[in-house]
Amino acid sequence: MLTNKHFWRKFATHIDYPLLFMLFMLLLLSLFVQYSASNESVNHVLMHAGFGLLALLLMALVANIPTQYWVTLAVPLYVTGILLLLGVAMAGDVVNGSRRWLHLVFFRIQPSEILKLAMPLMLAWFFHTRHATLTLRDYSIAALLLLTPTLLVAHQPDLGTALLIAASGFYVIVLAGLPWRILAGLSLLATASLPLLWHVLHDYQKNRILTLLDPSRDPLGAGYHIIQSSIALGSGGLLGKGWLHGTQSHLDFLPEHTTDFVFAVFGEEFGLLGNFLLLSLYLGIILRGLRLSARAPDLFGRLLSGSIVLSFFTYVFVNMGMVSGILPVVGVPLPLISYGGSAMLIVMLGFGLIMGLDTHQKLNKS
Amino acid sequence: MKPSMKPSMELPAQDRARINFQQRIYLATSFILLAFALLLARLVDTQIIHHASYLKQAENNRTSSIPIPPNRGIITDDHGVVLANNYSAYTVELAPAKIHDLNATINDVAQLITITPADKLRFFKILSESHHFDTLPLRTHLTDAEAARIAANRYRLPGVEVKARLFRHYPQGMLAAHLLGYVGRMNDADLAALEKNNQLNNYLGTDHIGKTGIEQSYETILHGQTGFDQVETDANGHIIRSLAQQNPVSGDHLTLWLNAKLQAIAEQSFGDFRGAMVALDPNTGGVLALVSHPGFDPNLFVDGIDSEDWNQLNDSPDHPLINRALRAAYPEGSTIKPFMALAGLHYGVRTPEQTISDPGYFAFPGSSHHYRDWAPNGHGIVDMHKSIVVSCDTYYYRLANDLGIDRMHNYLAQFGFGQKSGIDLPGEVSGVLPSRAWKAKISRQPWYPGETVICGIGQGYNLTTPLQLAVATAALANGGTVWQPQVVRGITDSKTGRYHDTPAKITRVIQIPPADRQIIVDAMIDVTRPGGTASHACMGAPYLIAAKTGTAQVVGIRQNEKYHAASLTMRHRDHAVFIAFAPADHPKIAIAIFIENGGHGGTTAAPIARAVMDYYLLKKIPAITPASTPATPTIDHVD
Repeated sequence: MLTNKHFWRKFATHIDYPLLFMLFMLLLLSLFVQYSASNESVNHVLMHAGFGLLALLLMALVANIPTQYWVTLAVPLYVTGILLLLGVAMAGDVVNGSRRWLHLVFFRIQPSEILKLAMPLMLAWFFHTRHATLTLRDYSIAALLLLTPTLLVAHQPDLGTALLIAASGFYVIVLAGLPWRILAGLSLLATASLPLLWHVLHDYQKNRILTLLDPSRDPLGAGYHIIQSSIALGSGGLLGKGWLHGTQSHLDFLPEHTTDFVFAVFGEEFGLLGNFLLLSLYLGIILRGLRLSARAPDLFGRLLSGSIVLSFFTYVFVNMGMVSGILPVVGVPLPLISYGGSAMLIVMLGFGLIMGLDTHQKLNKS
Repeated sequence: MKPSMKPSMELPAQDRARINFQQRIYLATSFILLAFALLLARLVDTQIIHHASYLKQAENNRTSSIPIPPNRGIITDDHGVVLANNYSAYTVELAPAKIHDLNATINDVAQLITITPADKLRFFKILSESHHFDTLPLRTHLTDAEAARIAANRYRLPGVEVKARLFRHYPQGMLAAHLLGYVGRMNDADLAALEKNNQLNNYLGTDHIGKTGIEQSYETILHGQTGFDQVETDANGHIIRSLAQQNPVSGDHLTLWLNAKLQAIAEQSFGDFRGAMVALDPNTGGVLALVSHPGFDPNLFVDGIDSEDWNQLNDSPDHPLINRALRAAYPEGSTIKPFMALAGLHYGVRTPEQTISDPGYFAFPGSSHHYRDWAPNGHGIVDMHKSIVVSCDTYYYRLANDLGIDRMHNYLAQFGFGQKSGIDLPGEVSGVLPSRAWKAKISRQPWYPGETVICGIGQGYNLTTPLQLAVATAALANGGTVWQPQVVRGITDSKTGRYHDTPAKITRVIQIPPADRQIIVDAMIDVTRPGGTASHACMGAPYLIAAKTGTAQVVGIRQNEKYHAASLTMRHRDHAVFIAFAPADHPKIAIAIFIENGGHGGTTAAPIARAVMDYYLLKKIPAITPASTPATPTIDHVD
């Protein structure tokens, strides 16, 4: 029987302290940003802090789950996700013109969210079960596993989420050793099909891209977000206007300033210097995460945690790119800084996984 | 396709996979570093390179200037009687840009306060005329309770606002309406004019502007300087706090030469007659009274006149909106004679003693056409003095013929006939003082000698405004100074509170030998004495009056026809004309009156002048017996 002390010692060995430190710093920073972005609402910050603590706890618990559990979870989770997506396509609720929600007996869920984890899990499991040398057939199956949910989500339509799901799966395939030639060929194909893709896009999606190229074409409509966030960032300058002194957010010019556009609030008040520090913190977390995935004892762990870190990077880059005006407006929050409990829980669950995959015993190849 | 990497012999499969994986991690790392570098570059571009521009945009976002309209200057008469002032009242205004369905919103507002169909009509009329205003009034003059009711329901009435506005008020009502003019809502034409004069910024927040009269001609002085409140606003336009304030500067106050009591007496004296009167101070050119009758209430225009009132004023055959004193031109009739006599003396064509024998008409040698005197049997032996006292037409037919039209024109032009006087009121017309050159311009016909003859008694082409005739009379009274008449006596600077006189302006000084003038003045005094044409109206005055009566023909009377006032319809009856100044030895007031279809000047116009002079010189308030249109004229055609 394990003593209390022994249990906690063992529990603690699965935590990566450098990563924990950086995540903690980021969460601490987010409290200040949220206080300012919410027009100094203490309740709001307490909620955010509560979610932060809950997420840290979740991370520690997940870090203690042995790798084997995840392997067994991969296929059922993926299949459930696909079935739910099919359910959405046939009987989902239409919100804002797209079918994303499925009404279950007690609650509503967005099955596409499940796929964000199920996709890399499934593909990591798939490559884990293959032989050391991969054939074209293996890649074809992987591509099929990737494309099925992606297309279902894209059909809703929710192109942003579909691309993020596809990316998380694509990262696994690349990390698994997708030959350079195929990678290069795919890049070429993607570039060549861009004009084709344009015709597939919905009008509002085209609008977002056109707005990115020239926000002033519709300054009060589609261009409003990007113009106001550029003004917020730009007026911050090198040192920023100071904490709680950002006019763009405090006077409500900046839309969604506690969630998707929180980076503009930060940039306005802390300037380029603050942004540089924030970017460094994110870079530190990402590099530490990659290091952990590189040293994971088995392929399943390496692929899964690598994909999670790269997805994390993708979220950071897409959000900051959107706020600073180099990417079109898509509804992606800034991980750990944006207000929102479930997003924070999912991100920290991911980091718990990365830590656990690094520290648990190597899988026995079945 | 076969996998790219063949199994190597040196390494176990597992290590090989790890190396392969690490390569991919390095690739990902470089990709990530590149992406972060791109982000950083973009941030440097936004936050450093374009910082100044974005900072300015943020400031523009956050601050806005709210104009504070200035108080319009007050207008008072010579004795401080207020003729135009301002008061504050609540209005409910709609912002058309923020309202999808104006009718629905108006109905919502009508649930809270009374909105009449007339209010609605006026609102849509204003809406169609003005495109530069954020908000337009739906109803004005709300009670406190009504204003509070709207304010309390503001949250469910987006685009509806209660505002405290300053309104122009003319406390004397119809008094001197033509002279004061009025303010009205600015329309697109007004805005275009302001933009042209670079005045648009000063009119932000102002919605009324002077439309006629003094209100128009002194607009710039009366309006003042708009102030600005620099405020911080949020994205919804709510004001957070005031950052800086620049106070408005009120418009300057105007003091007029006008005497409100005198004006009131003159207006009342007109009774039902149409016509105009101008009374000037012959020593300054100040306008003591200026009547155009009938008049109107300028207060009707301030709030946007409703169509019923407008049609009534605009379609009336009496044309109450026209300022007859400077916009209507009539033949002078016999009031031209004193000036003609002076011309005769000036050119040496007549001496005072020279006489004519008046058979009752003038005829060119060898012509059977008779230019008739008003007295069918003539006036017998007539010298210059008698020619004025009895208003002998034959004397002046002959004098005109001897002078010739161009000399008449050149002499009379000095008195200001046929030219704008330059009064500080808008819309003055110049009238006609005929000459050969003038006729050549308007017609291919040559000048006929007969036209000269009838011009000699103030008929024919001659047309003059009451104002011009008053200016000429004042010049006769003061010995030759032609003033540029002025309504405004002085301006009080609203900032310093200091009053300063508007300088009097002399148009020209006519050289009239005092002896010549004395002959004319003496004759004009005798006009008011027994045997003169104005003796009845001027009887018993304790001061000396110099005057001349006249009638201006409205319809031509054929050669052998007799003028019978009773047989003519009212509108074809002659206009009555009268000029006077008093006291004749030290003139303090000079008057010219036209009464449309008033018949003889001595009968209808002279009593008005007498009442005005009595009040001005004696402070005597007349027992009001306003001249009224007589059913049948008691005196037949007398000139």
